[in-house]
Amino acid sequence: MSNIIALPIVLPSLMAAVMVLAMRHDLVLQRIFGIASVSVVLAVAIYILTRAANGEVMVYELGAWPAPFGIVLAIDRLAAMMLLLTSVVALLVLVYASAGDDTRGRHFHALFQFQLMGLNGAFLTGDIFNLFVFFEVLLIASYGLMLHGVGPRRLRAGTHYVVVNLVGSTLFLFAVAFIYGVTGTLNMADLAVKVADVPAGDQAILQLGALLLLVVFGVKAALVPLHFWLPATYASTSPPVAALFAIMTKVGAYAIIRVYISIFGAGAGDAAWVAAPWLLPAALVTLVLGMVGVLAARSLRWMICFSVIGSMGMLFVAIGIFDPVATAAGLYYLLHSTLIAAALFLLVDQIALRRGQTDDRLELAPVPAQGDLLAGLFFIGAIAFCGLPPLSGFIGKLLILDAVQLDPRWPWIWALVLATSLLAITAFSRAGSLVFWKSRTVAVEDPKDAEAEPPSGPAPARPVPLSVVALFLLGTVLLTAFAAPIGRYVDATAAQLHDPVDYIEAVLGVATLAPTEEVAE
Amino acid sequence: MELLISSGVGVLVASGVYLVLRARTFPVIVGLALLSYAVNLLIFGMGRLVIDRPPILSLHLDAYTDPLPQALVLTAIVIAFGMTALIVVIILRSFLETGSDHVDGDEEGRLTELDERSGR
Repeated sequence: MSNIIALPIVLPSLMAAVMVLAMRHDLVLQRIFGIASVSVVLAVAIYILTRAANGEVMVYELGAWPAPFGIVLAIDRLAAMMLLLTSVVALLVLVYASAGDDTRGRHFHALFQFQLMGLNGAFLTGDIFNLFVFFEVLLIASYGLMLHGVGPRRLRAGTHYVVVNLVGSTLFLFAVAFIYGVTGTLNMADLAVKVADVPAGDQAILQLGALLLLVVFGVKAALVPLHFWLPATYASTSPPVAALFAIMTKVGAYAIIRVYISIFGAGAGDAAWVAAPWLLPAALVTLVLGMVGVLAARSLRWMICFSVIGSMGMLFVAIGIFDPVATAAGLYYLLHSTLIAAALFLLVDQIALRRGQTDDRLELAPVPAQGDLLAGLFFIGAIAFCGLPPLSGFIGKLLILDAVQLDPRWPWIWALVLATSLLAITAFSRAGSLVFWKSRTVAVEDPKDAEAEPPSGPAPARPVPLSVVALFLLGTVLLTAFAAPIGRYVDATAAQLHDPVDYIEAVLGVATLAPTEEVAE
Repeated sequence: MELLISSGVGVLVASGVYLVLRARTFPVIVGLALLSYAVNLLIFGMGRLVIDRPPILSLHLDAYTDPLPQALVLTAIVIAFGMTALIVVIILRSFLETGSDHVDGDEEGRLTELDERSGR
C-alpha cells in the first residue's frame, strides 16, 4: 500500500493533462473533475495522516531503485500534515474559484492541478534535487496562475515575481552542486548521515551550500530582506490564487524545517545548526516589518499581504529557536496562519466586490451589501489573525511565547511579538471600523446610489464564496477546539524532526542490502 | 583545466549578476541565461573533472567519471530552457501591453503614480 503515497503527485498531473487535452472547452467538466481530483487527494491525505500519526514513515522508491541511488518519496508526520493542509486549502479555494473567478482566463483548472502536483511533490520528496524539480513545477504553474486574467499591474508584478524566482532557482542549483560536491549524495536521509563526516577542509563549501539554500528558501518564504516580491504579487493576482499562494510561502518554511532541523541538526557535526545565527534575527525583522506594513497599508489587500509576511516572521521566530518545543509551537502556528491568510484573502475579495469603485481601498464608501455578515466574518478573521483569545492565533502565539523562554534572548522576542501584535490589532480594528462603521455615515447620505449601482464585478450576494470563507474560519475554530490532539501531533512531529532516526532508517534501511548484492554478482 | 573551469564559472556568474540587475528586460534574460550556464558548469565540475573515462561503475575499470552530475546538468538545462522560453513570453506580453521594455513596465513611473492615486 505504500504506492498510494505517489497518488497525490500522479493524480493531479494526469488530471491536468486530461483537462488540457480533452476538456479544454468545457468549463463545467473542468470544475467537476478538478474538485473530484482534489477530493480524492484529500481522502488519500487523511489516510496517509492516520498512518503517519502512528510514527510510521512511508517510503516509495521511484522505479524501485534503492534509496541513495534512486529518488524516493517519503512521508513522515511533517509531510503528512503539510499534505493534508494543502489538500484542504486547495479544495476550498477551488470551490471558491469555481463560483466565477475561473472564467477570467483559460486553463485555470489545469494550472491549478499542476500547482497542486508541484506542492504535493515538494512535500513528499526525499531528495534535494527532486525538491528543486518540484519547486520548478509549482513555480511554473504559479506563474501561469498569477498572470491568469492579465492586466498591466499584474504583468509588472508577474515579471518581478518570475525573475526573482528564476534567480532563486539558479541559486538553488548552486547550493545543490556544492552540497553534492562534498557529500556525494542528494538523498535527504543519506545527507543527514553524511554531513557529520564531512572533513574540516570541506566544511566551508558545505556550509556555503547550506546557507545558499537558506537564501533560496528565504525567497520562497518571504523572509526579510528577501520579501520584496510578495506584496505586489499577492495583491495584484486574483484572490483565489492569492489564497492558494498562502501555502506557497509555507513550502519555504517546510523546506527550512526539513533541511535545517533534520539534516543540519544536532547530528551534523561541525555543520550543526548552521542556520541558527541567521534565522532568528531575520525572523524578528520580518515580524516587525510585516506588522508595520499591515499598519501602513492603504488597501485591504496590501494589509493581508503584509500580514502574511508578519506571520511568516512569527513562524520563523519559533523555528529559529531550534528546539523541539518551539518547533512544535511553530508547526501549530503554521497550520493556523495558512488557514487564516487564505480566509482573509478571500474575505477581502468579497468585501471589495461589494464596494464598487472604491474596491479594497481604505477609504470611506457606502457600507458593502451584506455588511453585517461581512463585518462578522472580518471580526472573527481579525481576532484569529491578531492572536486575541479565544481563537487559534492566540493559542499559537501563546505556545510560541511559552517555548521561547528556553532561549536567553526571550525578553527581546517577547517584546517584539507583543508590540507587533498590538500593531496588528490597531491596523485591523482601524480597517474594520472604517469599512463597516464609519462608512455608515456615507450610506445614510446616499442610500439609493449604493443599491442602484452594483459593483462592476459579478453580481454580489453569492452564497458559495461566503461559505468558503466561513469554512476557512471554521478551520481556525476547529484548530482551537482540537488544540490538544493537534498539539500532541505537532509535538510528535517536532520530536521526529529533531531526531530523524526513523526517517533515515525507513529510507535507507531497505537500501543497505541492495548494493552488497550487486557487488556480490 | 581546474583554473579554466573555475574562472569560467566566475566570469559567467559575474556577468550574469551584472546583467540581471539592469533595468531593461533583454539584458535580464541574457543575464539569467548566463547564470544558468555558470551553474551547469559548476554542477559538472562538482562531479570532479575526469577525462576519458566512462560514466559507468564497472569492476573491469579502475577509474570512472561520476554520471550523476551529468544527469543533473541535463535536467537543469531542460528546466532553464523552459523557464527562458516562459520569461521571454511574459516579458514580450508585458512590452506589448505597456509599450515599454523597462522591468517595471514603464519608465516615467506612470503605473506607480496610478498606484499611489488608487491608494496601493
